[in-house]
Amino acid sequence: MVKIHFSRKQLCIPYGLFLALFVVIPMLLILFYAFTETVDGTIRFSFANFLNFFTSTAKLSTLLMSFTIAIISTAICLLIAYPLAYILARSKFKKKNVLLMLFIMPMWINFVLRITALRELLDLIGLLGTDNYLNTIIGMVYDFLPFMILPLYTTLEKLDNSYLEAAADLGGNKFTVFTRVTFPLSMPGVISGITMVFMPSMTNYVVSDTLGNFNITILGKLIDQYFTTYDNWHMGSMISIILLVIIFLTMLLTGRFKDENRDARGANLW
Amino acid sequence: MVKKILSITLCVLILVFIYAPILLLVVYSFTPSNVIGRWEGFSLALYGQLFRNTEIMQILFNTIWLALAAAALSTVLGTAGAIGIFYSRRKVAKPLQAASQIPVINAEIVTAISLALLFSAVLLYRTYFSLIIGHMVLCTPFVVLSVLPKLKQMDSNTYEAALDLGASPAQALFKVVVPQIFSGILSGFMLSITLSLDDYIVTAFTKPPMFDTISTYVYNAVKNGTNSSTPALRALSALIFVVMIAIILIINLRARKPAAKETSK
Repeated sequence: MVKIHFSRKQLCIPYGLFLALFVVIPMLLILFYAFTETVDGTIRFSFANFLNFFTSTAKLSTLLMSFTIAIISTAICLLIAYPLAYILARSKFKKKNVLLMLFIMPMWINFVLRITALRELLDLIGLLGTDNYLNTIIGMVYDFLPFMILPLYTTLEKLDNSYLEAAADLGGNKFTVFTRVTFPLSMPGVISGITMVFMPSMTNYVVSDTLGNFNITILGKLIDQYFTTYDNWHMGSMISIILLVIIFLTMLLTGRFKDENRDARGANLW
Repeated sequence: MVKKILSITLCVLILVFIYAPILLLVVYSFTPSNVIGRWEGFSLALYGQLFRNTEIMQILFNTIWLALAAAALSTVLGTAGAIGIFYSRRKVAKPLQAASQIPVINAEIVTAISLALLFSAVLLYRTYFSLIIGHMVLCTPFVVLSVLPKLKQMDSNTYEAALDLGASPAQALFKVVVPQIFSGILSGFMLSITLSLDDYIVTAFTKPPMFDTISTYVYNAVKNGTNSSTPALRALSALIFVVMIAIILIINLRARKPAAKETSK
């Protein structure tokens, strides 16, 4: 019998192959498709898609509109979630965790079903179809609010009370204590929440379709259309590259390359 | 006092916002009406329709087996990967961890089309294989991210002690390491299930043409305007809402005590 020499390190080989085959190579394929075009059945190198994107007012206005929807949705989430997370984290209620659970539970319930339920509600009260932009923003806030609440709660809950007491003892009134101590200390949670909400708000077209009555085109929808409707995979890949650049820039801006995404998905609660 | 009233009001308003649509669907799943908002008396008719609808039952079954299969495969691959990364040199571990971050950070639509490009190149586009792989790409990095911190918390001497006491490396791994990181493996598995159940975009780009999950079926029903004409879907949604809320509450209320410390770390 052949004795297989077993080493713990070797356990990462299958995972490494998996990542190479199904994550890294596919991303390189996007890059390849973005900078090529198919002419008469042959693929050749080209900057056409790149130039096309930045000279097309339709595509640029989609980008701008998508940006606006994402910024407004993220801002509303932050404005709702911050006071809520603050109240929950500071409350003296014994079962704070159960209370928190009520607010972030939707995270684990199928979002298509939740968004469809919201569509039914908007339809019932006569809002559906009146203002597709507004309804899309309501949908984004509805879908992503839990992802803003959780990181804010986590940082505010960890906040050391003695800092706040010290600030008050040194003569800070409630407003200055908040603006000079509490808020700056909660910045990691704010940034984590913003990244969890902003990017999906630019790309999750199920929300904009369902609530914008299939009339709103956000960046994610544009990519989908180039793949499924227009059958132009080169242009779809180019828009993906532009999206990736935006994601990369927000990561640089927020300095967030850590494991927080997992915590923000609520993994610790399982 | 005023502050307290304001606080409670805010909490209640947000809860209403979160649960009103869910409650609406649950309430109107108990009336045979074709449209929400018209109450035609209490009845379980929609549930009867739902369970007799073989198409919807098939889709429910598809969704569940896909989630279980993807989660199980992701958990095995991801746990092995995390152990491998943990014991590897930095030169190996760093790039693996960086590549793990790609699907986590990436927009789902980009992951989805990247897989579409790959699988169409190798003629496996829209097959069960591409579907399972698609879900594994979404889930496995989260398993790795769940298991790695547990490995770091583990007392590294116990593995060596097991070897000194005569265990084979495989025995030491399964009897000493795995039990110590089990909570991480379990949370990775549960997270994988919820990620798979929740997914629409990757599924839409990798699934075989005649295969549907709840997400793709409901989205298409809304798109084609057939949603309101199939009131049975209302019963399905209501059932899923109630079952999921019950499962989450049971798991969390039971596990709360020992896990509480860990959550607030």
